[in-house]
This record gives sequence, structure tokens and C-alpha cells, in this order.
Amino acid sequence: MTAPGKAGRLGAALLDAAKAMLVAFGLFVVMVGLRTDVSSSGALLLRTRWMDVALLCAAVFVLRLAMALWVRPRLPAAGSALLGTGLTRAGLLFGPALLAVALVLPFIPGIGRYELDLGILVLTYVMLGWGLNIVVGLAGLLDLGYVAFYAVGAYSYALLAQYFGLSFWICLPLAGILAAFWGVLLGFPVLRLRGDYLAIVTLAFGEIIRIVLLNWVSLTGGPNGISGIPRPTFFGLPFSMSGGPGTFAGFFGLEPSPSHRVIFLYYLILGLALLTNWVAIRIRRQPIGRAWEALREDEIACRALGINITNTKLTAFALGAMFAGFAGAFFATRQAFISPESFTFIESAIILAIVVLGGLGSQIGIAVAAIVMIGGFELFRDLDEYRMLVFGAAMVVIMVARPRGLVGSRAPSVLLGERRRIDASLVGEGRG
Amino acid sequence: MPGTMLEVEGLATGYGAVEALKGVSLHVDKGEIVTLIGANGAGKSTLLMSICGDPRARTGRILLDGQDITAKPTHEIMRSGVAQSPEGRRIFPRMSVLENLILGAQAAGQDPAPQLPKVFALFPRLEERQSQRGGTLSGGEQQMLAIGRALMSRPRLLLLDEPSLGLAPLISRQIFAAIRELNEREGLTVLLVEQNANQALRLAHRGYVLVTGRITMSGSGAELLARPEIRDAYLGGGH
Repeated sequence: MTAPGKAGRLGAALLDAAKAMLVAFGLFVVMVGLRTDVSSSGALLLRTRWMDVALLCAAVFVLRLAMALWVRPRLPAAGSALLGTGLTRAGLLFGPALLAVALVLPFIPGIGRYELDLGILVLTYVMLGWGLNIVVGLAGLLDLGYVAFYAVGAYSYALLAQYFGLSFWICLPLAGILAAFWGVLLGFPVLRLRGDYLAIVTLAFGEIIRIVLLNWVSLTGGPNGISGIPRPTFFGLPFSMSGGPGTFAGFFGLEPSPSHRVIFLYYLILGLALLTNWVAIRIRRQPIGRAWEALREDEIACRALGINITNTKLTAFALGAMFAGFAGAFFATRQAFISPESFTFIESAIILAIVVLGGLGSQIGIAVAAIVMIGGFELFRDLDEYRMLVFGAAMVVIMVARPRGLVGSRAPSVLLGERRRIDASLVGEGRG
Repeated sequence: MPGTMLEVEGLATGYGAVEALKGVSLHVDKGEIVTLIGANGAGKSTLLMSICGDPRARTGRILLDGQDITAKPTHEIMRSGVAQSPEGRRIFPRMSVLENLILGAQAAGQDPAPQLPKVFALFPRLEERQSQRGGTLSGGEQQMLAIGRALMSRPRLLLLDEPSLGLAPLISRQIFAAIRELNEREGLTVLLVEQNANQALRLAHRGYVLVTGRITMSGSGAELLARPEIRDAYLGGGH
């Protein structure tokens, strides 16, 4: 590179860094610079922390400059493309490898109660991500209230068990059916909506469900939630510490151990998640799955082809909601206690973030994103209040490096002749 | 083959307060290519969409092969032998060419297998590009795909909305040749909406001129081409 080019780049980088610093200053001057404290007399006291603001702004300047000078020039050329093809190619082996690890996880030495609980949590979100992917990734319907169906599933099981004494295995399909029913119910008013408008209405729907659960005290217990939800049995054999002949440990002649239930729950959610995955993959090759994808691409063209838009949208909502219902019932039986607090908007946002980070429509991408999001969140626990900061930064980095999500390519669902994948980075945003 | 494939009687429709069609009557006989020419905003695309039931007719009747389809839901109309290649092509950009074609059949509840070789024979380019994404095709190929996708449902009546839009003259001639071939070999009935009146009237047996929601002229393709006022009419009319 010639000298003037270099100088020009340095100038541009300096200007860019200065702009970034200005933005940072605007943000931090209020958020960090001013702080209210309660003085000993009880009056509010305004404290200023200009030094901290200066340090933060300086850090932004230096980092931005460094990024513009060293990171940026290399990123698009090598980093992104390499990461892209690498991930796509590795995906062929990566999926089965991930599944194998998931299958033997409880028996890997060093995996204790905490790791298994984390595994259950991650798998719950993998399942929710795969379920939401049907609605958002395949059918292209932006749903911000997905957690509502999760709540419907959880409360269905809790209430059916509490009032009618039904067992988990009977309630599981019922929870799915009820959630699907609510999915259809949400689907009707939003049939004509798309994009932003749809997002707002689904967001409101999620809140409505939560607020009803919160205020219908006589049925749901309101903010106190429902406790004492029966734990699942191994096809009728309870996991009890007594070790009697009617229990899981007694029946199989094992030493009673609390880890049996955890391992069982782990395999239960693994099974449910794999069921979701299997159904999603199978259905993508069916006419209805193709109709969903077509709907995502172009609704008017779908009409012109004779696709029944109403049915297509409703089935997407219903199927997506059904898997959230299953996950909800699982959540209720695992926690043995549920309250509306578990079903806030942030849950919907996390699930949606998993789907988007994973690359809309990609099954393996969603699994990886769930591990990164939920597992990473746990990993950064030691960082205390900086956890969200690190987490947010990690998401920004992912979206900058992989704007279409971790796995942004889409494999055709039908082929004559050779298999070919088209990476998302080769085609323009949105229009394909 | 005698008989009328499509009969539109006094059709009026619009969007909200805007009246796009003000009582349009036309008919398309079986085995005919009929073209509808007119300027931007004359209501050509609205007429095609309205035949498909979206927007719905406010007054008037639409008969397909003698059957009243005015009040039928769109997806049922599209399953009863009508297919449309919509304006601006509207192929599914992130789906492969093959998926686009298969959808054309499956969306109308048909098996794609028997029709696929015919479409590939008509547009060999699509066979070459079958595993490519729709969005990566050139404009002409996308138009072939849009027509091919419409043909996959084995329609009795094909509605084509501006197939020459944004195409190089050579490519648009290829597309028109394919339409003629379909009509001559398979006896397919075609209602063609075009701005390129010259080319459309040469291809069509008959034509109608639509000016701000009303039919102002009709006649055989050659007849209309010969009329001096035709140029004015399709450029906007109403002097």
C-alpha cells in the first residue's frame, strides 16, 4: 500500500474513532456520569463521576481505532468467508457429534448435578428455539409473544394435575393441544398482519396471557404461582428415595439416588427436543412446509399459486405453539413450581435471539446458539453485574461477523441430481 | 374448440375508496390468446387479480368455463384451473428453482411429477439451473420460472401479467415465442396483460384496450394494431 493511502486510512480511522467516542460520551454522560445516592439524612444526592466517563470514552476511542486499523481490513476478506464455509462444512459432522455428546452427557465423568441441570435448561431452550423456528424461521411470522404458549403449556399441566390429578404423561399431549389451540386463537386476529404489526400484536398477546395468569388469583394463584406440581414418573414408577418395590430404583434394583430423576428429566427433554427437530425437518419437505417457506418469501405469490393463506398461517402458529406447550409442561414438572414471573417478555426475547443468532431456519445453528446463549450466560456468572455487558458485546460480535446468523445457509428440501448448498453470504440480504 | 373459457361481465372493483375497474366486460374463448393493453394505472393488473378473487368484485360476474367463480375464495379459484404469473414475477428468491416449480403444482393440490418435464422442455434453462436459488437467476430466467411455476398446476387458463417487464428485447421475444408455442401445441388459453402493446397485439388473436378502468376498444390483434388511435390509447388516452 502506498504512503498516501495509508495516511488516508489512518485519518479515516481517527475520524471514525472520534465519532464513536462522541456517541459513547452521549450515552455514558447520563448513564455513568450522573448517579443518585441516598445521603445519610435520607435526601437524594447527585454524585458525578466524570473520571469514569473519561476513561470509558478513551477506551471506546482506542478500541474503535484498533478495530478500524487491524481487525476491519481482514475481517470481510478472510474471517467471514472462512468462518462461513468452515461452519457449513463442519455442520455435516458437527450435528451428529453434538447429538452423540448430548446422548452420553449424563455418563461422562465429571458431569455432576449442576452440569446436568444446565444441560436440561439449554435443551429446553433448544426445543423452544426449534419450535419458534417453525413460526419465525420457516413461515416468516415474527412472533414476540412465544412465551405465552410456553406459559399455557406449563399452566395446563399444573392446573390439570392440581384439579384433576392427571399424570404428566396424560397432561403432556393435552398441554400441547391446548397451546396449539391458543396458537390458532392468536392466529386468527393476526392473519392479515405482517412484519412490525404482527410483532406488536404478538407481543401484546404474550403480555395478556401473563397478566391474566397474574390476576386470575382464584384459578392460578396469581403472583404466588402454583407449587407442589407432581414430578414425572418413569411410566408410572415414581423417583422416590424410599427405594420400595413400586419405585424406579426398587423396580430396577438400583441404589435410590436423587440423580436418577435428573438424568430422567435430561433424557425426557432431549427426547422432546429431538421430536421437535424431527417433526420440523420432516415437515419442511412436505407441501405444507414448502408452503410455509413460500409464505415467508412472498405472500402475494402464494395467493396467486392457490395456497390457502389462512390455513397455512394457522398451522404454523398451531404447530409452533404446540411444541412450546410441550416444553411448558416439562418446565412445570421439572420446577414443581411455576409463577407468571417465569413467563415474562425477556423469555420471548431470548428464544427469538436464539433463533436469529442461529441463522433463521437452521436447526443446528439454533442448537449452537442456545448453547452459547444459555450456557454462556451461566459461564459468565462470576462476572456479576458485567455479565449482561459481556453478553451484549458477544451478541454484537456474532452479528457483525455473521450477519445472517451462525449458520446462514439453507439447503433445498428437494433435489434432482447433486447436492448443493448456497451460502447466504453469496446473495443479498432479504431478497436472496 | 368452441366455447368460452372466461367471461367477465360488468366487473367493478377497487381498493378502499379508489375505484380501479368501472364495469369491465370481456371474454376469452377456449384456445385463444387475448391481450389486455393499457397504460400504467389503467387497471390491467387489478383485472387479473380480481379474476383470482383478490380484490373481490364489487359488482359484476366472472364465469370460468360457464361456472360462476365470482364469490369463490382465491385459493379455490387457483385450484379450479386458473394460474397466474404475477406482475414483477414474484418468484420465491431463497428457494431453489426446483422448489419454486414444485410449489406451483403442490399449492394447487397437484402432483408435480408429470408436468415437470414439460416445463423443462419449454424452458431448458430452468433445468440447467434447477438447484440454484430463484433470487440468483437473471430477469429473463426469473420470468421463465414464474411462467413455468404457473404452468405446473396444469391450468386451463393462464393469466400473464406483464411478462416482458424489464427484459431485454431478445429475451422478451423468447418469452413471447414460448407463449405462442404453448398456445399452439397444447391449446392453452391465455389472457395476457402487457404494456408492450406492439408485441402483445402481434401475438394475440384478440385484444382489449383498458383506459382508467373501462374498456375503450376491442378487436382482433391485427385490427387494433392498424388503428391510429391505439398508440394514444395505450399511452394514457383521454385527450
